[in-house]
Amino acid sequence: MNYIPNISRRSFVVSAAAAGGGFMLGFALPDGGPKVVRAKDGSPEINAWVVIRPDDTVVVRVARSEMGQGTITGLAQMVAEELECDWNKVTTEYPTPGQSVARNRVWGDFSTGGSRGIRTSHDYVRRGGASARMMLVQAAANGWGVPAAECTVANSVITHKTSGRTTTYGKVAEAAAKLTPPPADSVKLKDPKEWKIIGQSMKRLDTADKVDGRKVYGFDLKLPGMLVATIKDCPVTGGKVKSFDAAKVAGMKGVKKVVPVGETAVAVVADTFWRAKMAMDALPIVWDEGPNAKVSSASIDEWLKAGLTASEAFVGNENGDAKGALASATKKLEAFYFYPYQNHACMESMNATALYTADRCEVWVPTQNGEAAFAAALQASGLPASKVDVPKIDLGGGFGRRGNFHDYVTQAVLIAKQMPGTPVKLLWTREEDMLHGRYHPVMHCKLTGGFDANNNLTALHIRLSGQSILASARPEGLDKGKDQLTFQGLWPSGDFAFGYSIPNLLVDHSMRNPHILPGFWRGVNINQNAIFIECFMDELAKSVNQDPLEFRRKLMGKHPKHLAVLNAVADKIGWGKPAPAGIFRGLAQMKSFASYVAAAAEISVSDGGNKIKVHRIVAATDPIYAVNPAQIERQISGSFVYGLSALFFQECTVKDGRIEQTNFDTYNSMRIAHMPKVESIVMPSRGSDPWGGVGEPTICVAAPAVLNAYFAATGKRIRTFPLKNHKIEMA
Amino acid sequence: MARLTINGKPHTIDVEADTPLLWVIRDHVGLTGTKYGCGIAECGSCTVHIDGQPVRSCSLPVSAVEGKSITTIEGLAQGGVLHKIQKAWIDHDVPQCGYCQSGMIMAAAALLKEKPRPTDADIDKAITNICRCGTFQEVRQAIHAAAKA
Repeated sequence: MNYIPNISRRSFVVSAAAAGGGFMLGFALPDGGPKVVRAKDGSPEINAWVVIRPDDTVVVRVARSEMGQGTITGLAQMVAEELECDWNKVTTEYPTPGQSVARNRVWGDFSTGGSRGIRTSHDYVRRGGASARMMLVQAAANGWGVPAAECTVANSVITHKTSGRTTTYGKVAEAAAKLTPPPADSVKLKDPKEWKIIGQSMKRLDTADKVDGRKVYGFDLKLPGMLVATIKDCPVTGGKVKSFDAAKVAGMKGVKKVVPVGETAVAVVADTFWRAKMAMDALPIVWDEGPNAKVSSASIDEWLKAGLTASEAFVGNENGDAKGALASATKKLEAFYFYPYQNHACMESMNATALYTADRCEVWVPTQNGEAAFAAALQASGLPASKVDVPKIDLGGGFGRRGNFHDYVTQAVLIAKQMPGTPVKLLWTREEDMLHGRYHPVMHCKLTGGFDANNNLTALHIRLSGQSILASARPEGLDKGKDQLTFQGLWPSGDFAFGYSIPNLLVDHSMRNPHILPGFWRGVNINQNAIFIECFMDELAKSVNQDPLEFRRKLMGKHPKHLAVLNAVADKIGWGKPAPAGIFRGLAQMKSFASYVAAAAEISVSDGGNKIKVHRIVAATDPIYAVNPAQIERQISGSFVYGLSALFFQECTVKDGRIEQTNFDTYNSMRIAHMPKVESIVMPSRGSDPWGGVGEPTICVAAPAVLNAYFAATGKRIRTFPLKNHKIEMA
Repeated sequence: MARLTINGKPHTIDVEADTPLLWVIRDHVGLTGTKYGCGIAECGSCTVHIDGQPVRSCSLPVSAVEGKSITTIEGLAQGGVLHKIQKAWIDHDVPQCGYCQSGMIMAAAALLKEKPRPTDADIDKAITNICRCGTFQEVRQAIHAAAKA
C-alpha cells in the first residue's frame, strides 16, 4: 500500500526561525563608529561573502557543501573573479546555518543537491565579489582623497592611476568594512569574455590535507569528554522497538549507557566505537516489525507491474494523440524495462556529533544541506533557533543521501539529550547504512513505439510505474499528486527537456509507493529514464534497420544542443567508421540538470556474452558555462564509476520487509581494473540559457551507452538490472 | 595490553585482544587518517602497512600484530617530506571527497615499493580499493607519474 511517513516541514521550520532571528555577530567599535561584522579571528567582513585578513588573505564564505565535487573551489573562483583578488591568497570557510538564519538568510540556499551548487548561485556570489571590490576600491580612494573612478585594481592591489600610489586589500579592509555597500543596481558583472579565473582549471583548494590523514571528517571528530555511540533502527520501516535488555550489556567494558532513540531505535554509548559496537551486537532487542514485515521484492514487483496497464496515470509530457496513433500505426514495437532500488553507499557512513545542554544544542554534521540539518536539530532538541547551531563538516561522499534526509542528526540529538553536557558522536556501521538508506526508487516501464508505412516514428508512449520520491520525501513538491521529478529527462522543456520531436507522444506515471523509503540518488530519476528511452531508441532504430545515430538525428532537428553533444561524441569515437576488431559501440544522450550530455562507449564481450570489458568512453557535456574544466572532467569520469557500478552490480532487494544487502560483499562497486578510459569533451555553449550542473548529469548516459554497445556486440537486449542478475560480469 | 609500533613510535595500549587494529589506531592512538568503510576488508579505506606490506586493518585483531611495525597515512611522509605518491596525488588533484584516499595512497605506496615501474595490469591487480566518487582515472595517472618521479 502507499506508505506516507510523517514529514518534518523543513522549509517552514527554517523560514519561521529566520523571521524570528535577531542576534548580530558584529559589535560596535569603541569609538562608536559603524558596526563591523568580524570573522572569528577578528578580521573584518567586507560583506557576507568576503572576509579579508591584514595579510591580504581572502576568505570566501561558501554556503554549499564540499563532498568531492569541487564546489568550494568553483564558488571561490566566481567570487574571486569579480573581486579581482590574488587567487593564490584565497581560502574558504563555511558559515553555519544558525548564523545564516540569524542574519535573515544572507547566504541564501545551503542545499547542495540537484547539481545546483554553482548553477543556482553564480549570479549572487559573483555580485558579492563585485560589491566587495567596489567597497575596497572606494576605501582606498577615500584614504587618498581621490575619486574611486581614478583607481584600478588587480590581484588584490589597488592603484591610483594618476599618482601611481598603491595599496592592498589587507590594508584597506578595515575602512572598507565600515562603508555602506553600493546599491545593487550599480554592481555590474564582467562580460564572460573578460573572465580570467572563471573558466580556468584551477587546482582544488582542498587537496593537501586529503593526502596525509590530516583532514577531519565527521567520523574523525574529537571533542573533550566525547563518547561514541552506535545504533540499530528497526530493520523494517514502519516497525518499532518492542523491548530491549540493557542489563545484558551494561557491564561490558567501556559501555556508558544504552538508550532508546525515538520509538524505533536503540543506541549504545561507550568510550570507543568498537566497544559500543560489541555491546550493540550483544544487546537483545525485540522488534515490533509493524505492517510491512511481509513485503518482498516479488510483492512490490507484482504491484508495480500492474501499474503498466492501469487506466489512471499522471501525465508528464504529451503532444498529439499517442494512443490513437499507436492504434493506427503500420508497425508497433513494445518493450518492458525495470530499474531496482539502490543505496548511495557513501564511503563515510552516516554520522553526527551532538552536544546538548539545557540551553544549547550543537551538532557537527557532514551534510549536503546545512539548513535541513539545522531544522532536524531544532526539531529534535526542542530549543529555539538562537540556541541551536549546526557547524558543517566536509562529507565523505553525499550523492543525495545527506541532503534531504537527516535521520542521523535527529538520532544524535535524541541520544545527546539523554546525556546532557557530554558530546556524543553517533557512528553508523556500514550495515546500518545499507539497511537505512533513502534508496533510488524502483521503476517499471513499458514503451510502445509506432511507425507509419515509411518507417517514420509517429508515436511513442512511455508508461512508468513505480515509486515517487517526493510523495514521501517532500510532499509539498507534488503538483496535485503528480511528481514531476519522476519524468526527469522526458519533460516538454526546461532542465530535463526531452530531446526528440515525436508527432504523438505520451509520457505518464502510475504512482505506487512501497514502504521502502526512496531518496535522491545522484542523478535521480533520469538514471532510469535515460536507460528506458535511450535503449528503446536503439530498439526502434533496429526494428526499421536504421543506424541508431541517424535514426536519432532525424528526430532531433528542433533540439540543436542535444544534437551538438551527440554529434561531438559520435565524431570523436569514430561512429560510422569501422571499429577495431572485437570492439562494439553504443551511444546515448540526454538533457540533465540543465546540461546537455552524451556518451559513446566502446566495449568488447567475452565468455559467450557473460563478460563485458568497457574500454573507452567519450563523453560530452555542455553545461552552458564551465567554471573549472578540470574539475568537470573529474565529475564526468567519476560519473561512469557511479553509473556503471549501478548498472553492473547494484540492487537492494527486499525480504520480510527489510533490505537484504548489508555491505560491499553483496553490494559491489567498481574497482580500478574495471575503469574505462574516459575522454571528456567540455563544450560550454555560453549564451543566455540557464547554467547547467556537472555533478550528476553524465551518470544517466553511462548505462545506456554500454547497453547499446552490448546489443551491437551480441544482439541481446538487456532490460532489467543490474547485469549481475543476468550473470554478466564486468571485466 | 597490546604493544605495537606505529609510525616509529612504540605504544602500549590497554585494549581487548580482539579489537580490530583499525579501531586501536583511531580510538586509542588517536590517528584518524585511517578510515572505516566496511569493516569486512572489502573496500580498503583502512589500509595500513605492517612491516611494509599493505593490510586492511579493519579485520585484523590487534593481537595479531603484537610487536609489529605499523605505518599509517600519517607516517608516510618522512622528515616532513611527502612521499612521491602523495606529491603525485597533489599534482594530479586526485582526491574528490577524499575519504577513501588514505587507503588508496597506502595501497599505491606499497605497490611502488614492490614494483617501482608498475604496468596498468600491475595497478589493476594491486589496487582493489573502492572509491565511490570514482577517482580511478586520476589514481592511475598519479601512480604512473610517481613511478617516473
